[in-house]
Amino acid sequence: MTLDQGLVRQLTRRLLGVVPTLLLLITVVFFLVRVAPGGPFDTEKALPPEIQANLEAKYHLDEPLLQQYFRYLGQILVLDFGPSFQYKDWTVNELIAQGFPVSLTIGGVAMLLGFVFGVGIGVGAALRQNSAADFTTMGFAMLGVSIPNFVVAPVLILLFAVYAGWLPAGGWDWSWRSAVLPVVTLALPVIAYIARLMRGSMIEVLHSNFIRTARAKGLPERQVILRHALKPALLPVISYMGPATAALITGSVVVERIFSIPGLGSYFVQGALNRDYTLVMGVVLFYGVLIIALNVVVDLLYSILNPKIAYEEL
Amino acid sequence: MISRRPVPGIGLALGVALLLSACGGEGESTPIDRAHRAQPVTPVFTDAGLPDPSVLAEEQVLHRDNGEEPQTLDPHLAEGVPAGNILRDLFEGLTAESPDGRVVPGAAMRWNISRDARTYTFYLRREATWSNGDPLRAEDFVYSFRRSVDPRTASNSANMLLPIENAHDVLVGRETPELLGVEALDEYTLQIRLSDPTPYFLALLTHSSTFPVHRASVEQHGARFSRPGNLVSNGAFVLADWQVRSRIVLTRNDRYWNAANTLLQRVVYYPFEDLSASLKLFRSGNLHWTYEVPNNQFHWLEQHYPDELVVSPWLGSYFFGFNLTREPFVADPQLRLALVLAIDRELITEKVTQFGEQPSFSLVPPGIGEYETQVPEYAGWTQAERNEEARRLYAAAGYGMDEPLRIEIRYNTSENHKKVALAIASLWKQVLGVQATLINEEWKVFLQNRSGRVLTQVFRAGWIGDYADPYSFLQLFRTNDGQNDYGYSNSLYDSLLEQVASERIPGRRRRLMQEAERVLLEEVPIIPVYTYVTKRLVDPHLRGWDDNVMDHHYSKHMYLLRSQNAPTPVAEAP
Repeated sequence: MTLDQGLVRQLTRRLLGVVPTLLLLITVVFFLVRVAPGGPFDTEKALPPEIQANLEAKYHLDEPLLQQYFRYLGQILVLDFGPSFQYKDWTVNELIAQGFPVSLTIGGVAMLLGFVFGVGIGVGAALRQNSAADFTTMGFAMLGVSIPNFVVAPVLILLFAVYAGWLPAGGWDWSWRSAVLPVVTLALPVIAYIARLMRGSMIEVLHSNFIRTARAKGLPERQVILRHALKPALLPVISYMGPATAALITGSVVVERIFSIPGLGSYFVQGALNRDYTLVMGVVLFYGVLIIALNVVVDLLYSILNPKIAYEEL
Repeated sequence: MISRRPVPGIGLALGVALLLSACGGEGESTPIDRAHRAQPVTPVFTDAGLPDPSVLAEEQVLHRDNGEEPQTLDPHLAEGVPAGNILRDLFEGLTAESPDGRVVPGAAMRWNISRDARTYTFYLRREATWSNGDPLRAEDFVYSFRRSVDPRTASNSANMLLPIENAHDVLVGRETPELLGVEALDEYTLQIRLSDPTPYFLALLTHSSTFPVHRASVEQHGARFSRPGNLVSNGAFVLADWQVRSRIVLTRNDRYWNAANTLLQRVVYYPFEDLSASLKLFRSGNLHWTYEVPNNQFHWLEQHYPDELVVSPWLGSYFFGFNLTREPFVADPQLRLALVLAIDRELITEKVTQFGEQPSFSLVPPGIGEYETQVPEYAGWTQAERNEEARRLYAAAGYGMDEPLRIEIRYNTSENHKKVALAIASLWKQVLGVQATLINEEWKVFLQNRSGRVLTQVFRAGWIGDYADPYSFLQLFRTNDGQNDYGYSNSLYDSLLEQVASERIPGRRRRLMQEAERVLLEEVPIIPVYTYVTKRLVDPHLRGWDDNVMDHHYSKHMYLLRSQNAPTPVAEAP
């Protein structure tokens, strides 16, 4: 069996699996948001029943639930998420199209930094296992994992924006200056987490037989690490990165709020609180597709990095 | 095998230090930023009452936090404060407001009101145009009023227009919009007929649901007419850019009839939702105007930003309601009165809310023209006297230390509501021995339960007036009003409000409303706590605005002063 055959077979199987998964996701979310008490147009100022009726008619909320459900499925087939109930001048597609590039930029850069620094620090610590440098970096990594970003972010803002005045305290204008603090805030825990993962798995790999063999053959240490140890040691990091990347590039609610960033993350919360059915459905579906796609990527990377895993097993 | 080592001490110590400094937040940090802040020059005015050009900052760009993203910039669909703020800059109704909140001529330069107070004739400014140069005509208003009420528009603020003749029938689809009582007598004369004399009608015309929209662009762009590039407006500013949840940029409308007096070149509205984020942006010089300030930082702000902190009365009452349809509050006003009396309001406003809110025993907040807010006799007692009377009434209602009243206080999730509810519960426990349970609910759930009147006993309420008239508050307690979550029903009250609606003599109308408020308070359907204030930080360079109870601040009145030592003091926001 050649690699290509396996790849094609695997991809086909995964793509066929996507359809029922997404259908299930749509169905569950569709009914779940409608089960929540209160509706999109409930406000403190009670609307006269006539106005309420006009609004519901306009957004087809007066139709039977099943009819609404099939109407929605029909829309999804043509990739139309419908109008937002909350942001009335925009469609959900437009909101995602405006918010996603922002989240993708911040989350993508943060993930990249997380990977580069996390792997670097992790490998470094593993090679100097139990040294002072190892203890110090892992101590910081532990801190990085355990201090929540709603604590880190305000400290960064106070230091670099309010006191020093080097960077803006928030807001977003596509300049690198407005991206620095949110990216750092998001990257810190990722660096810390990946560093710990990497250190652990590197140490484990370094103790395995094939490394001992490589060393016994007299290969230089540099080659042992880079050519033989790094690939298998990356496996747990790669499997962590799939879902973590999906979560990061769809925006962090906390970081978006603290830095007033117009990304996608807040829509999950705002949409749910406002009972903005179409918006919630739109972002959840979008997130779902991203997770599935990134998991496929992870599996592919896995099989490339680890020859022990055959495609059939996936 | 993965080796696990304990975390070394040095990292832990650093972490603790970092955590501690973080937890201090605004409360303990030294405001280094303050030393860098420039002071504005003393303004000098020309004979026309405008600021002299020599005192103005070179760059007239206002950075204004607007609290959240507006739901829409279609004036007829808009509701809520953020949209209202922007729309008052973009559009101009028949009337407008002065900085201190008086109703002044807007797109109409004058008007006549008929003797029966039911017909208003507006004379439009002939020099007024749309931002694309089209003349603004009476027909534009006719089209806009009809659109606003048309059921196909599905506006949720169309009820603001209900005083207009046939508005209700049009709204429910019983009549066509053409039958609405709005008519163009000629190109520049507009007549509006009302079904009842409505003394606050001129104030209603400052609401966005009455603003004119540009027919040709609405018909051309449909739902997209409110986008930058499409939106044609008639106010002092035009829409230049709109990045959702990031910024909305308005630029000066050179075609506005009074453009000569618009000093700001640009207004940037930000939808910053997080109050402490907004505070930090203000502190680092990125904002001139915050939407609000964090509730728990009054003392810090008062100490470090005394010139910037602006607190002023707002047309709103903060109160709790009783569900009068459910035990134990169905019959006995004495028990409700006991609960009202046992609350030390000054303690709540001084220790809990802290921003200078006024303790209240009434429904209607003070500050509405000549209306005399009704104050019950016990408002003049000491708290000790009130507590004593409360205990007497509580015991008379059959409760005591052995047989305590057990009730639930429901509020929507919010730090401030929680603190106030907690204070009330502990005061009740302390004074009367009441066993109160606090229940917080997410907003939409809370709204549903509150109007359902099945689960609630005591619940958080409150009201911000839509227009500066006591009727905006009193109407909530009519028997069948959609907002009567209290189950209050009193035929005398209802008939008083009916008389108010048709009364055209202001003095008599006022006395009827005062009577109604007195009737209401005697039956104790609510627990008044305090009247709201608005609280925000304003850069001392920003002038031209004034306090007003509606909290309406038109950017067209504002301008930026130059700093004492620098010609251009204001840093461009990110």
